[in-house]
Amino acid sequence: MKRQLTGLQRALAAFAGGFALLALIFEFASTEGAPLPVWEFPLAGTFLVLGVLAIGRIWFQLPLFIDGALSVLGAVALLLALDTLQMAGPGYWFALVSTWMFAWLFVEQLAASIRAGRTSPTLGMLIPVVFGLSLLLIWEIIVRAASVPMVLLPPPSMIWTRILTSLPTLTADFLQTFKAVLAGFALGCGSGFIVAILVDRSPFLKRGLLPIGNFVSALPIIGIAPIMVMWFGFDWPSKAAVVVAMTFFPMLVNTVAGLNASSSIERDLMRTYAASYWETLLKLRLPAAAPFIFNALKINSTLALIGAIVAEFFGTPIVGMGFRISTEVGKLNIDLVWAEIAVAAVAGSAFYGVIALIERAVTFWHPSVRGGRT
Amino acid sequence: MTSVVSARGLGLTFKTGDGDVQALSDVNLDINRGEFVSFIGPSGCGKTTFLRVIADLEQPTAGSITVNGTSPADARLNRSYGYVFQAPALLPWRTIDRNVGLPLEIMGYGDSAARVSKALDLVNLTGFEKKFPWQLSGGMQQRASIARALAFDADLLLMDEPFGALDEIVRDHLNSELLKLWARTEKTIAFVTHSIPEAVYLSTKIVVMSPRPGRVTDIIDSPLPRERPLDIRETPEFLAIAARVRDGLRAGHSYEE
Repeated sequence: MKRQLTGLQRALAAFAGGFALLALIFEFASTEGAPLPVWEFPLAGTFLVLGVLAIGRIWFQLPLFIDGALSVLGAVALLLALDTLQMAGPGYWFALVSTWMFAWLFVEQLAASIRAGRTSPTLGMLIPVVFGLSLLLIWEIIVRAASVPMVLLPPPSMIWTRILTSLPTLTADFLQTFKAVLAGFALGCGSGFIVAILVDRSPFLKRGLLPIGNFVSALPIIGIAPIMVMWFGFDWPSKAAVVVAMTFFPMLVNTVAGLNASSSIERDLMRTYAASYWETLLKLRLPAAAPFIFNALKINSTLALIGAIVAEFFGTPIVGMGFRISTEVGKLNIDLVWAEIAVAAVAGSAFYGVIALIERAVTFWHPSVRGGRT
Repeated sequence: MTSVVSARGLGLTFKTGDGDVQALSDVNLDINRGEFVSFIGPSGCGKTTFLRVIADLEQPTAGSITVNGTSPADARLNRSYGYVFQAPALLPWRTIDRNVGLPLEIMGYGDSAARVSKALDLVNLTGFEKKFPWQLSGGMQQRASIARALAFDADLLLMDEPFGALDEIVRDHLNSELLKLWARTEKTIAFVTHSIPEAVYLSTKIVVMSPRPGRVTDIIDSPLPRERPLDIRETPEFLAIAARVRDGLRAGHSYEE
């Protein structure tokens, strides 16, 4: 039976083939003013001819992995062509668009195929990978082929090389900053949690402590960071103090809200058992508050990283991710700045991911996790 | 006969933003050991409030009430009653056996595993110990909550419209199960409902209440035998009591507005 293409898939197929045809027609590239026709680049030429031939899918069925292979071929050809061409012509850009369309078409068909049960769901892992690689490819090619100045945006390959050559520096910076992140996160979340319990226990404290918590969280980080440096010194404890100030309030507010999440029937139930305050807290109210507490932990995981990095702009020993970013920007070593950003992004996502995984295990019963009815 | 609950001139007034609401007014009532007493009436008649006063979840503002010869507060601290709410209120992070074992944990029973399996057996939930509440149907959840109220073997069972949210077929089934359970355990049961057939089918004594202010308008001692098959509901005796309950409800209900 012939597999029907959706409207979007047909349009993508038409655009992919059409742009490959345009790339063959228009000038591909030039060097020192002399035009470089596409047959100077055999791999790119092969890709474009095959791309045009793929329009034949109107008459015969084409396996979706052909589109995947075509997009990989196009990516490799375009990257290799970068080494010889000086000026990319319209043909080169059309070839890039065509490559992108083939990648998109591949992902689109793969998703449809998994939904229909024709392909194993484990292959679904390919979809985000293809998406990420396409972004990196487009970034790399635009920056290099259009000769974007390195200070504005370095290509990903350069950032990657920089990461590999500066590993000792990056590791030292990471360890220095993450000491502050983890210590501040633990202290900020821990004290927010304890104060939330105190506030819950006493309405008097609720009226006093909640506004103070609110006040602290409203302080601008660039205002408190220099003060913390004066109080706690240049090393990581002053950064941890900034992180404490940033993470305390989200934890406090969320835990206070979470402690009220149990229903009145559930609290009446504990009362009929003559349960003490602490038994009710441990067996009913804290488990019911867990989704709120994990929300605060997730928010705080990213806040802590931002806080620690920004705090390092205001006086630090000569190590740390924030320190490195602020000094290397001054030296126009933009690739190292990007390398630090990449490390921070990966570390922050991993931190968040670990907390999200623990959350799934702990609040497995919550409708948002088990995805079921209430 | 010893009375388990004894109310004299009991009244309760809620203070609300737009004036006082008299939820209970001059209630005089005795619930004797081993009785099955139903409270029936339209919403706002104070039947749930009366149950909550017995359970020390509300404080009366007039009159006196004793539970097992003591104040409701002492009765609660002595864990002398089990309460079944309108909703199952099972904790979603606990499996059924750990939900039923919750009161035992709090009250410090040592033999909790044996008590849990006995309570689950009483409500026919054996085999569902390791399920989570959200994996069971509504009727099964409510049965689990009844098992939880039975687990610590209090002599008095307070039930606040426990089957109100269930469909009629499940409700019929659970009603006859409840009667069997009552016969086996010889507990005293106070049961709030707004269904006339349910009240007549289950009770040895029916308390008819009416609203504004919440008060008792009729107390009917049922002549029906303790052994009651479901088709007793077609007999003339049953229908006669149902008619009397309906008359009581109609008399107490004012339509002047």
